[in-house]
Amino acid sequence: MIEIVNKPYSYTFKNYASKNKKILCLSGDLTSSCEVDQFRDEFPNQFVSMGMAEQNMMSFAGGLSMSGYIPFIHTFGVFTYRRPYDQLLASIAYPRRKIRIMGFLPGITTPAGMTHQAIEDISVMRTIPNMTVIETGDATEVESICEQANNVDGPVYCRILRGSVPRLFDTPLKIGDIRVLNSGTDILLITSGICTEEALRARSVLIDAGISILHLHVHTFKPFNEEKILDLLTNIKIGVITMENHLVNGGLGTLIAEIISKHGLSKKLMKLGLNDTFAHGGSKQYLTKYYGFDAYALIKSIEKFIGLPLNIEEKDLEQARIENVHSLSKAEAL
Amino acid sequence: MQNKLKSEEIALRIRRRVFEHCIKNNGAYLSQACSSAEQLAWLYNEALNIGDSTMPSIPESFSGVPSINNKKYKTGAGYNGPIANEYDRFIFAPAHYALVAYATLIEVGRLDPAGLSMFNKDGSSVEIIGAEHSPGMEMHNGTLGIGLSTAAGIAYGRKLNKEKGETCVFMSDGELQEGQIWEALQVSVYYKLDNLWAIVDVNEQQVDGAMSDVLDIGDVQKKINAFGAKCIEIDGHDIDAMRQAKKEQHKDQPLIILARTCPYKGMNYLKKRFPRLHYVRFKSEEERSIMNIEISKELGIEPIEY
Repeated sequence: MIEIVNKPYSYTFKNYASKNKKILCLSGDLTSSCEVDQFRDEFPNQFVSMGMAEQNMMSFAGGLSMSGYIPFIHTFGVFTYRRPYDQLLASIAYPRRKIRIMGFLPGITTPAGMTHQAIEDISVMRTIPNMTVIETGDATEVESICEQANNVDGPVYCRILRGSVPRLFDTPLKIGDIRVLNSGTDILLITSGICTEEALRARSVLIDAGISILHLHVHTFKPFNEEKILDLLTNIKIGVITMENHLVNGGLGTLIAEIISKHGLSKKLMKLGLNDTFAHGGSKQYLTKYYGFDAYALIKSIEKFIGLPLNIEEKDLEQARIENVHSLSKAEAL
Repeated sequence: MQNKLKSEEIALRIRRRVFEHCIKNNGAYLSQACSSAEQLAWLYNEALNIGDSTMPSIPESFSGVPSINNKKYKTGAGYNGPIANEYDRFIFAPAHYALVAYATLIEVGRLDPAGLSMFNKDGSSVEIIGAEHSPGMEMHNGTLGIGLSTAAGIAYGRKLNKEKGETCVFMSDGELQEGQIWEALQVSVYYKLDNLWAIVDVNEQQVDGAMSDVLDIGDVQKKINAFGAKCIEIDGHDIDAMRQAKKEQHKDQPLIILARTCPYKGMNYLKKRFPRLHYVRFKSEEERSIMNIEISKELGIEPIEY
């Protein structure tokens, strides 16, 4: 059975920030929602309550950085770029402030609907010069995010998973790396964030059906490891599928399309995710199914891709277990 | 840093220099010099506790925007002296006043007059809208409203560091229309940032004209006081009034000085253009010539040769 970790960000941030007194924990009135309430209670001198005033929070963080502090901004991802986009650029991105933006509720991981769902954050963030863009996909990645983000010489945006988070990997997130979860030659499947867990639900039945899948997990959108993708793309026979908890435009799928076109590769690409649509409020299971980027949607997409029925039903997936989450390399022996 | 010249004299020289630039270049942010000359002269000559410039008196050319590969990148903050515990930190918020800022730096000996000849020239760091790398600037303020928040963040950090120096912002009243200013006030008051102060050039002007015609913002002093900051209103051309205002006690509160000014002070002939004063470009050679003669007279100089 998969291990489920309770609030990995909570103890990760507390352990990390309490050892570095130059770190300040900023919160936009979402302290417990972003799992830093315990930190606030135990280390009040390192906590700065910014209230519901995101424009000020971004520029204020810039000012803190100018006086020698390292702000970790905590709020929902949407609130870090939609309203205060101008401040994000002028006060954080342009001057390359060492500010770590922790964006919670990535994509459709909230029933709170359009206003709370950061569905275009990666698209926005990765086109901003100087930004580093990371997405966590499991508890181990959340556990490594503070240290990894804080090693970056410049601003960083991180999609953070909160609450009950599955542990899929046993090696820390390393910025710029790409995880190889399974080897194969027919289809290159690239997933990120919660979609990796979802894809793993489908993987064993796909393998049983005789589909050879090279499965990659992407956590670093910028700087993106183009060389590694290129290398792995070369021997793929059928094509590439990306699956992301994000709009299919501007995020992972687009990133891969850019690489394919840049190098003149002849590979078909299928992009799963939100297809030029806003979402509404609902559970993760309901929304990924409704918008076509759950495990079963992946199966159906592969059928379309290969032009043959796989005779897999949704109930087969439900029985599927995430097991043997092993990767090829020793470093990624999961 | 005390200059040998009186602040009043520096203010006059700022007006003359900006006017000269305006005539020679057939346009400039001229009214901003009229309204803010006393404030900037007073800030640099008396009010700010800042060290000598750490930058070359003739600015280096543009050396690229900040990026991971640009190791040479520097802001223009060094013209305001080194960043140090005991010194004040100065944020110049209305980036459209850049020309006036450069003229001020020249008149207080921090910038060579030749620096102004690089104004708005391709490849120059002496940009028309003050950029981070422009002399006297430390951040991009071309998007109005971010200066006070940034200064509040600096002031908060400096409090934590127990630093002696204050953080000062020069602002203009137009930017008070931006919501972020009021967010910044909320936070500065909540955190009792009494090491933060601002002087606001209340010239009642914005791009479209007089603020009363564009979007009147009412009784600003009352509003700022209601937000919980210490707000004092003075005649922005009266340097003694500035000195007194700065001495006001504001324990546990940020201090905001509203300097009420006239956008054609010292160049009354400009009144003919009122309320279109945001950027003065002459409509005809005749206007340029008459303005040159009339305003030069007011400034006590010979007409500018161009």
